[in-house]
Amino acid sequence: NEGKELTKEEKQRLRKEKKQHKKNKKDDKGPPEKEKEKEKASVPAPSKPATQSPAHKAPAPVHASESAAAAEKPAKSKAELRAERRARQDSERTSKQGKKEGGQQSASSKPKATPNELQPVVKRLPEHVQVDDPAALKKLAKKLERQQVPLRSDYGYKVSLFSHLHQYSRKSPPTLQISIPATVIHPSIVRLGLQYSQGIIAGSNARSVALLHTFKQVIQDYSTPPNEELSRDLVNKLSPYISFLSQCRPLSASMGNAIKYIKKEISNIPSQCKEEEAKGKLQACIDSYINEKIILASEAISKYAIEKISDGDVILVYGCSSLVNHILCKAFEKQRKFRVIVVDSRPRLEGREALRRLVKKGIRCTYVLISALSYILPEVSKVFLGAHALLANGYVMSRVGTSQIALVAKAYNVPVLVCCETYKFCERVQTDSFVSNELDDPDDLIVTRNGKSHLENWQTVKSLGLLNLVYDVTPPDFVDLVITDLGMIPCTSVPVVLRVKNVDQ
Amino acid sequence: MIKDKTFEFKNGGDPDVASAVAAIRSLLEFLRRDQSETILGLRENMTQAIRRLEETDSSVAVSSGGELFLRFISLTSLEHPDLSQCKNVMIERGELFLKKISLSRGKVGKLCHTFIKDGAKILTHSSSRVVLKVLENAAADNKRFTVYVTESQPDSAGKRMAQKLRKLNIPVMVVLDAAVGYIMEKVDLVIVGAEGVVESGGVINKIGTYQMAVCSKAHNKPFYVVAESFKFVRLYPLNQQDVPDRFKYTADILKTVKDLNQEHPMIDYTPPSLITLLFTDLGVLTPSAVSDELIKLYL
Repeated sequence: NEGKELTKEEKQRLRKEKKQHKKNKKDDKGPPEKEKEKEKASVPAPSKPATQSPAHKAPAPVHASESAAAAEKPAKSKAELRAERRARQDSERTSKQGKKEGGQQSASSKPKATPNELQPVVKRLPEHVQVDDPAALKKLAKKLERQQVPLRSDYGYKVSLFSHLHQYSRKSPPTLQISIPATVIHPSIVRLGLQYSQGIIAGSNARSVALLHTFKQVIQDYSTPPNEELSRDLVNKLSPYISFLSQCRPLSASMGNAIKYIKKEISNIPSQCKEEEAKGKLQACIDSYINEKIILASEAISKYAIEKISDGDVILVYGCSSLVNHILCKAFEKQRKFRVIVVDSRPRLEGREALRRLVKKGIRCTYVLISALSYILPEVSKVFLGAHALLANGYVMSRVGTSQIALVAKAYNVPVLVCCETYKFCERVQTDSFVSNELDDPDDLIVTRNGKSHLENWQTVKSLGLLNLVYDVTPPDFVDLVITDLGMIPCTSVPVVLRVKNVDQ
Repeated sequence: MIKDKTFEFKNGGDPDVASAVAAIRSLLEFLRRDQSETILGLRENMTQAIRRLEETDSSVAVSSGGELFLRFISLTSLEHPDLSQCKNVMIERGELFLKKISLSRGKVGKLCHTFIKDGAKILTHSSSRVVLKVLENAAADNKRFTVYVTESQPDSAGKRMAQKLRKLNIPVMVVLDAAVGYIMEKVDLVIVGAEGVVESGGVINKIGTYQMAVCSKAHNKPFYVVAESFKFVRLYPLNQQDVPDRFKYTADILKTVKDLNQEHPMIDYTPPSLITLLFTDLGVLTPSAVSDELIKLYL
């Protein structure tokens, strides 16, 4: 039963059984337990995602679970569900009222029992990871179990400030737990997940493009089951794939925006559209998205950026940003005289890739590690940085080390230019690098020199933790200019661009 | 032909009129007399005319005013199939634009004079007609204040400003450009005009403005800039070097001198971090809001 995808009826049956089981357990336990469970359930209730909690009972917001129920149990009518739920609520309410002591309990039960429709359903942001909260972990495990996606376990001791984030080991990718042939998850998605988790495909643009190409393949192989609509079923098919990919490596902001776009396009397919036509339209949409938002955007950004590069410039770049490399190569083709200083940092050493690409073009380069930054900065006339995402309050989220470079550049009065396409702009707001980040494999920090591997047995030392952060955020005061495909804007104007984009859509 | 028109408007006409307004008036006249057959040809002629105007007067305001004028009138050019009808619509819109910007100085004056309190000591730089209007409004409001004006070499424009202020019975004192740091502790606020407002929220103004801004920041005095909205320009300088040469020097120097490194620039760039507020006819803006307004104006 494991490898086969459960049919809809089987899934419904399983769900009903679980609910029944839970209800029996609840009746056995005393009312104080019920009280506690209800209160605990009502607190995370407003923050539950609207579509994915059919396993939760009465405290769940009525209209949210209605829509969830409607989407996943088309066999049962809405009226039957509502009646069932109301009966359950009444029985629990009466049994609780029989045992209540003071006014507080009735007060606490009333706002829960009365329509939760008044409470707006706050969608839990997918980036809101809470690994050290056991309730959130349980919810995640349940969701993955339902989607038949393997759960990846954390590895090693986590530094306490970052204990709310996942930390995985590269030696145990989630693809190990998938049977061959994979029937639940499309094989190209499995391949993509492996490429992400092993770091074969890295970099914001590369990941998004790979994701979109894989989705094209998935759409190609998709066939609508009978009695289903493509617009709704395909979106549901994609959800387990996305969960699987985020288990392999947390989704980036650019990937999130791309997925949002695809889901919107799919759900906008008119129902009378034939399958082949719909598939062709979706593939064309994906192609145009890649073309407009990534390829043409980088051309536009290069045009603006080249205006800012003058002869005799010494340009500092950090790590390997595909966009910045593209700009420098284009500027070199346009006969601008400049030289480049590439700053690199452990453990990824991405600067070597950038160095290789620039030297191949014939650009004069210098290579330093980030510890030599303040030594090299007096020579520099401009700093060009790439970005992983631009947040709504103007903060720049990029590879760890970027904010350090911006800070020191500001101290030396060197202008800092960030280059970023508009599809990487996200609505999230963050002022520090702790609340939402990514922890990479801590074993990467182990260094082998002269045959000796220091830190090899770091796990045996109880008080030692290895921290391998991937991203950090740079405040807008350190950034002088952001070059996007819409033009050159100051860092504080990111919300304006987001507003304009939303109006367009 | 266009050059003669500009000279007529500026030298012969009202010296109180901003150079950009005079330029736009001559552009409107040019539009009326234009003989081209197609919209594209018309636009090309207009762009050439603007370029010719920039050659006469290389200030930022003429460049920005010209571009905004062109955008304003060509917004609806695609709706009418008939060329003469189109031209009439464009001329109408052009006159509307001209009327709007002629009133802008008054609007700015009305907005800003409330920030001048009774008994205030104001420092200003060089000669700006907008600042004059603001001080005029404040004086008309029966406020007592003193003004310190920098001499503003090499053209001693500050002395002209002092004369105009004396005519309005405002107590004024002329200080050396080098005395800005000395006088800063005495003053309450600094008000300057602008030749151009750039995308980052910074301003381009007569040389010496940047110095004054740095001093006022060090002394924690508010630094206000007053500018009309047609001075908003789509430039984004990163530092002093990044300002294009065609704005730094006057038009005749650009044409005659070979080695610009020997010449002294007439303007400098003040970054937005040193500016407290900008007073424009679009309202009172913080430097970061300028980009928002520019996006609205140009998109």
